[in-house]
Amino acid sequence: MITGSATGLPTNEAEVIAYLKRHGEKDMLRFLTAGSVDDGKSTLIGRLLYDSKMIYEDQLAAVIEDSTVHGTTDTDFDPALLTDGLKAEREQGITIDVAYRYFSTDKRNFIIADTPGHEQYTRNMATGASTCDLAVILIDARHGILEQTRRHSFIASLLGIRHLAVCVNKMDLVDYSQEVFERICLDYEGFAAKLEDVDMHFIPISALRGDNVVDQSENMPWFQGGSLLYYLERVPVSTDRNLIDMRFPVQYVLRPDLNYRGYCGTVASGILRKGNDVTILPSERTSRVASITTFSGEVEEAFPPMAVTVTLEDEVDVSRGDMIVHPNNQPHVAQDFEAVVVWMNDEPLKLNGSYLVKSTTNLVPATVTDLKYRFDINSLHRVDAETLHANEIGRVSLSTHRQICFDAYSRNRSTGCLIIVDRNTNATVGAGMILDREAAATSHVDAAAEPKSTHIRREVSGVSADDRVALLKQKPATLWLTGLSGSGKSTIARDLEQALHERGQACFILDGDNIRHGLNRDLGFSAADRTENIRRVSEVAALLNDAGLIVITSFISPYREDRAKAREIIGPDRFVEIHVDTPIEVCETRDPKGLYKKARAGEIAQFTGIDAPYDPPETPELTLKTAETPVDQSTTQIIAYLEEKSILAD
Amino acid sequence: MSTYNFSHLQQLEAESIFIIREVAASFDKPVMLYSIGKDSSVMLRLAQKAFHPAPIPFPLMHVDTTFKFKEMIDFRGRMEKEIGFELLVWINQDGVKRGMNPFEFGSEEHTRVMKTDGLKQALDHYGFDAAYGGARRDEEKSRAKERIYSFRDRFHQWDPKNQRPELWNLYNNRVHKGESIRVFPLSNWTELDIWLYIMQEEIPIVPLYFADEREVVERDGNLIMVDDDRLPLEPGEKPQRKRVRFRTLGCYPLTGAIESDADTVPKIVQEMLLAKTSERQGRVIDADKSASMEEKKREGYF
Repeated sequence: MITGSATGLPTNEAEVIAYLKRHGEKDMLRFLTAGSVDDGKSTLIGRLLYDSKMIYEDQLAAVIEDSTVHGTTDTDFDPALLTDGLKAEREQGITIDVAYRYFSTDKRNFIIADTPGHEQYTRNMATGASTCDLAVILIDARHGILEQTRRHSFIASLLGIRHLAVCVNKMDLVDYSQEVFERICLDYEGFAAKLEDVDMHFIPISALRGDNVVDQSENMPWFQGGSLLYYLERVPVSTDRNLIDMRFPVQYVLRPDLNYRGYCGTVASGILRKGNDVTILPSERTSRVASITTFSGEVEEAFPPMAVTVTLEDEVDVSRGDMIVHPNNQPHVAQDFEAVVVWMNDEPLKLNGSYLVKSTTNLVPATVTDLKYRFDINSLHRVDAETLHANEIGRVSLSTHRQICFDAYSRNRSTGCLIIVDRNTNATVGAGMILDREAAATSHVDAAAEPKSTHIRREVSGVSADDRVALLKQKPATLWLTGLSGSGKSTIARDLEQALHERGQACFILDGDNIRHGLNRDLGFSAADRTENIRRVSEVAALLNDAGLIVITSFISPYREDRAKAREIIGPDRFVEIHVDTPIEVCETRDPKGLYKKARAGEIAQFTGIDAPYDPPETPELTLKTAETPVDQSTTQIIAYLEEKSILAD
Repeated sequence: MSTYNFSHLQQLEAESIFIIREVAASFDKPVMLYSIGKDSSVMLRLAQKAFHPAPIPFPLMHVDTTFKFKEMIDFRGRMEKEIGFELLVWINQDGVKRGMNPFEFGSEEHTRVMKTDGLKQALDHYGFDAAYGGARRDEEKSRAKERIYSFRDRFHQWDPKNQRPELWNLYNNRVHKGESIRVFPLSNWTELDIWLYIMQEEIPIVPLYFADEREVVERDGNLIMVDDDRLPLEPGEKPQRKRVRFRTLGCYPLTGAIESDADTVPKIVQEMLLAKTSERQGRVIDADKSASMEEKKREGYF
């Protein structure tokens, strides 16, 4: 792909084979370029293609010829003409769509999504960004940060792009001034602080003159940060993949004969292994992976974005749209959820109108039930809105007619995205990023602190707490057992419950596994889900305490701040933190549910003590050393404490 | 975790398989357009991979202009037998009745009738609602903006202003009756990727891609192969044997050969790396203005 005059080309067959292999084994970076109309986007791309010698000479010849008609520069050729494709656009001098360009260097292969800068084309930028790992944001050195710069950066961040290469272009027109560059960087950083979790890299360039695009510029000796291409070749992106939460959306069912049933799909995230126990959602049936097949043979494991065919050990009913996951790391399965939506159609959003939503391999009827607000994408402020027009972005509630499996987009780009299709015109009218409901709720107000609806008032009961104490002859309390899996929490809880019951006390166990079968079945084991799990349990414990009961909870509850939150919800006078302090070696030897074994084998991700942290309590009310003391002594110890605190009468 | 690396070529392969499966799963009646060229050969292999160990669940269709190289037709038969797919061959009988040929009617008219109209007839005849094609975005400037799912109206026309936004890998398969989608699973492949894949996977391709002694005449700067006796020789034209090969394959009177010694894939790649002309220059049909492909596409050409 390099023109004839270049050196370093392979000269014999063996070298060609080696060259091809190297080409094939390189990784791939998909990036998009965003900038305002005159920021020089097309010029930059042309320059990258030209300077990396990827242009065939005849195309180049055509361009030199064309420059006399369309060209906007007085130099040898206008690199922009290399990238503009459609005739009408060329005549208007603007790019109106997403165009994809390909080039490669010794280090990497690149796909560029060339997206437009014109104000009305937010949707094209979102389209380009959806498949990219990185965005090149172009700023005209003469004008600094414009509304459009903010808008493009916001859209990139919204679409989950984690790397921004901020190029201050046309440095030649500001005399390659370091001061101009640094002021723009400072301005940009100030505004970008609002964006989520992005890695920014600033480069002063002149796309037209080639400064710092491919080669380090001699005109800006004060900048030693390397050229744009240098950065693009080296920025690590493969670590952006989610290798933790295994999600396998079933795409196609193969049934060549009655004896074979294969489920084709692409691993969306996480790692699927032969022999893994799996749950099929939404049916919640379980089975085990019998084989993972590809055309070249069976493989032991599959990771994103491998396209494979899976067979299961059991004859379970699995169809397109189902999702195969690990039993203890499940996505949300729901019909109602919230998303940030980019509206893409001239026909505005119809609240409660009839749409289709496509998410992973599901296409389901759906309605948009609520529009919470619209973003003013220039100020990034939230504003009230009745509807969304083309190129507007807002937060909505969606309701699908069937349950679908999804994750928050911020955690999983593959399972957190959706498109909205108009049922009548079949047009793709919107694109959505599903929100983590808990995170979303807490971003304005603390979900634990304030109910979502403002119409809720607490009812006051005629039976007082003291009345209940008198009736039950006990003070309500929550005995919060925390400790590693296998530390003995459930065993102690059961023994204690039995002992209390025999004393005639009213008590109840809230057990982790039981709660996750019902109330918290929608939650997984991500940090956010664990937090929500504990919040709900705390609320239930508080209600049972209000009813006068003694509650025993048995949850790993690994995070100190979650337990602090629980103490707050339940009330410090009722909350008794009991650390079941068993060394992990002992827990692992016990391993009553075989979980440590699975975690060590990599089948369970985010297992507390293995690859997820446990914060031991700093000042628990009680500490039980189960490795040294038998269960009944632990029970005795707890009851003694309860008597001492007058929770139980002596 | 860093061991879970996936090369550029593996990513392209996985993406194409995803697309091929997605279409097979969500359309009523898909068809794969089989042009017998190298890109079609790669697409065919990807289709085999997508449904392995089951057979390809849709037919392949070749729109035969009756002026294809003989070796292409032989190769087509060989692949049908070896791989065992369902093959449909469509020839525009109206064109045949009119005695259509590129010599008297011109290359453009011949292509429009036998290829573009032929394809439309075939799609209407069978009622296909999705057709896979092997086009790549890097082939030509206006292709760079083509979607992976390219929407066509009832008249098979492509409207550059009315294409659906395409985000992530969430392709919109909804069409009304009579409308269809052209699908390009190889959109993100470059020519170099194609050759590399052919080499790596040992994919059979038509021997015309490899250099050999062949009988050609020189016409308007192109070397045209004398594939049968239908090629009328101009006064003074004398077929001569040259060592040539083809960079692209179409109708033999419309496809220029290049002089070459490249008789293996690595040699072809080596030659390509040194090439001063891009692939499509060998096609007489594209030699007019740079926007010609776009106009053909609007009419329903692939």
